[in-house]
Amino acid sequence: MTSRLGDLKIALFFIFPAVIGFVAFFLIPTIRGIYLSFTEYSILGEPTWIGLGNYTAIFGDELFWNAMGVTIQYVVLNIGFQTMIALGLALLMHRVAKSTFIRGALLLPFLVANVIVALLWFWMLDYQLGIVNEVMSWVGLPRVAFFGSEQWAIPTIAFVNVWRHMGYTALLIFAGLQSIPNHLYEVANLDGASPARTFWSVTMPLLRPVLVLVLVVTVIGSFQVFDTVAVTTNGGPVNASRVIQMYIYQKAFGESDFGYASALSVILFVILALVAFVQMKFLKGNESDLD
Amino acid sequence: MTTSTAPRKNVSSQNPPRTTSSPKKPINWRRVGAWVLVGVAVAVTIAPFLWMLRTALSSNSALASNAGNLLPADFSWGAFKRVLGLQTTEEAIADGGSGAAINFWLYLQNSIIFATVTTAGQVFFSAMAAYAFARLRWPGRNKVFAVFLTTMMVPPIFTALPNFLMIKNLGLLNTMAGMSLPFLFMTPFAIFFLRQFFLSMSREVEEAAMLDGAKHLRIFFQIVLPNAAAPIATLALLTFIGQWNEYFWPLLVGQDESVRVLTVGLSVFKSQSPQGALDWSGLMAGTLVAALPIFLLFIAFGKKVVNSIGFSGIK
Repeated sequence: MTSRLGDLKIALFFIFPAVIGFVAFFLIPTIRGIYLSFTEYSILGEPTWIGLGNYTAIFGDELFWNAMGVTIQYVVLNIGFQTMIALGLALLMHRVAKSTFIRGALLLPFLVANVIVALLWFWMLDYQLGIVNEVMSWVGLPRVAFFGSEQWAIPTIAFVNVWRHMGYTALLIFAGLQSIPNHLYEVANLDGASPARTFWSVTMPLLRPVLVLVLVVTVIGSFQVFDTVAVTTNGGPVNASRVIQMYIYQKAFGESDFGYASALSVILFVILALVAFVQMKFLKGNESDLD
Repeated sequence: MTTSTAPRKNVSSQNPPRTTSSPKKPINWRRVGAWVLVGVAVAVTIAPFLWMLRTALSSNSALASNAGNLLPADFSWGAFKRVLGLQTTEEAIADGGSGAAINFWLYLQNSIIFATVTTAGQVFFSAMAAYAFARLRWPGRNKVFAVFLTTMMVPPIFTALPNFLMIKNLGLLNTMAGMSLPFLFMTPFAIFFLRQFFLSMSREVEEAAMLDGAKHLRIFFQIVLPNAAAPIATLALLTFIGQWNEYFWPLLVGQDESVRVLTVGLSVFKSQSPQGALDWSGLMAGTLVAALPIFLLFIAFGKKVVNSIGFSGIK
């Protein structure tokens, strides 16, 4: 009888704490979150079931569509620049500068808290006293209210997070580059392929699985941008930088509208799942050309 | 896992390229250009931190008139004193501080407790679970593991609202317990990470111990944990850094002064001073103090962190 159940008894003992954590802080919250999204719930009373009420309201909610648009604008800017810069850095590290010191230096901003990075750039990009505006005025450029203008708030926040994440993303891509067998480059070299040709015909195809993974991780991460926004603009000016997670936060804790906030986070969850699914399918992430 | 061994073979290539310095060969301009780009990237990364230090060592009143001065404007330790509570209120106001009490030592203590407790619990309990998933044979093992893994897909914001309600219902708002509990027991990533290492360990020592009558607890503590010290240390390091930097959850449940951590404390510090008259040198001194443990960890274990990123990215 023990052979069929194996080490079940002792296994239960070993996974017991993890199961508590899983059930209490992942499973139950997930079910409760979905349930609350169908209710009207202002934390003080009891949740009342309103069916799809929150979802239909969200559909006609201009602030939601604004938050969605702002978030997508942020994601596109952030991921676009971050991936390109990181790819460049990874290639540089791979070809010329493999030293741990340089990789470490580039990683440093990623290890420092979002809040600290946000405050640092909030200071450097200050309209009056920030060094960036100071330097811009030396070369004759007009001063820019980076965090304070509707036009610049999101690009600025995207820039700050590109700065924070570029080294990290570069390291992930660098790890992928190192797994490409050297003899493929030697063959390309013997065939007289130019560096550009080698890049597009050897490096990129073989890097694709890693790039897809990096894209999935970073896109999902940047859809949930919050800390930088909360510390610098708090969603303003007007609604210019009110990203979706900021909107959820304000609905729940500003207006105590937990039902509506829950429905918003269900929608965010579904979007993230779709993004991951589409990216994996579209870019055929789990297949490598190496096989 | 290939990445963890990769840097060792690169040691030889750490020296700058010989081709540029050798008199016989022409200068390889492409290589020089590449190094210039690397230099620019490192400068762009490091310079803001130096600017942070420069601002923290300036006096607030002098910052306004010396915005572009590269050295500290009117050098002063005042900002650090202010942040660490070593200045009187009058001195602080004279230096351009808000005069509001900043409980930095308390926030620092809270950050240390929060990050240490959650890291220790999360790594230890995840190691226990990983042991069950990697080394024990029981029905449904892989199915349960797969269910655990799917939670990696759930975005933190999604569980944050119901978790907040649960912590509130338990009466744990503004307590260390309420802040720590959701992080204490496991993350799917930690279990996944450690399971990979436990799977690769040889069964022989374990079986020898079994014959000696050792039970699983002893095997776990005396064989598996010591043998996996390196990956456990790496995971603990990454977890600690993540927990030290955590902002959203402490913002929701740990607003109260008594349990406020540094990240929340800094954002409160910023919002306390009136708009347009921010205590910039105080703020930068505060961010430096808050980032100091990360800088120290980085100096001590930088190589370990850097080399583990290739693996940790596979979340």
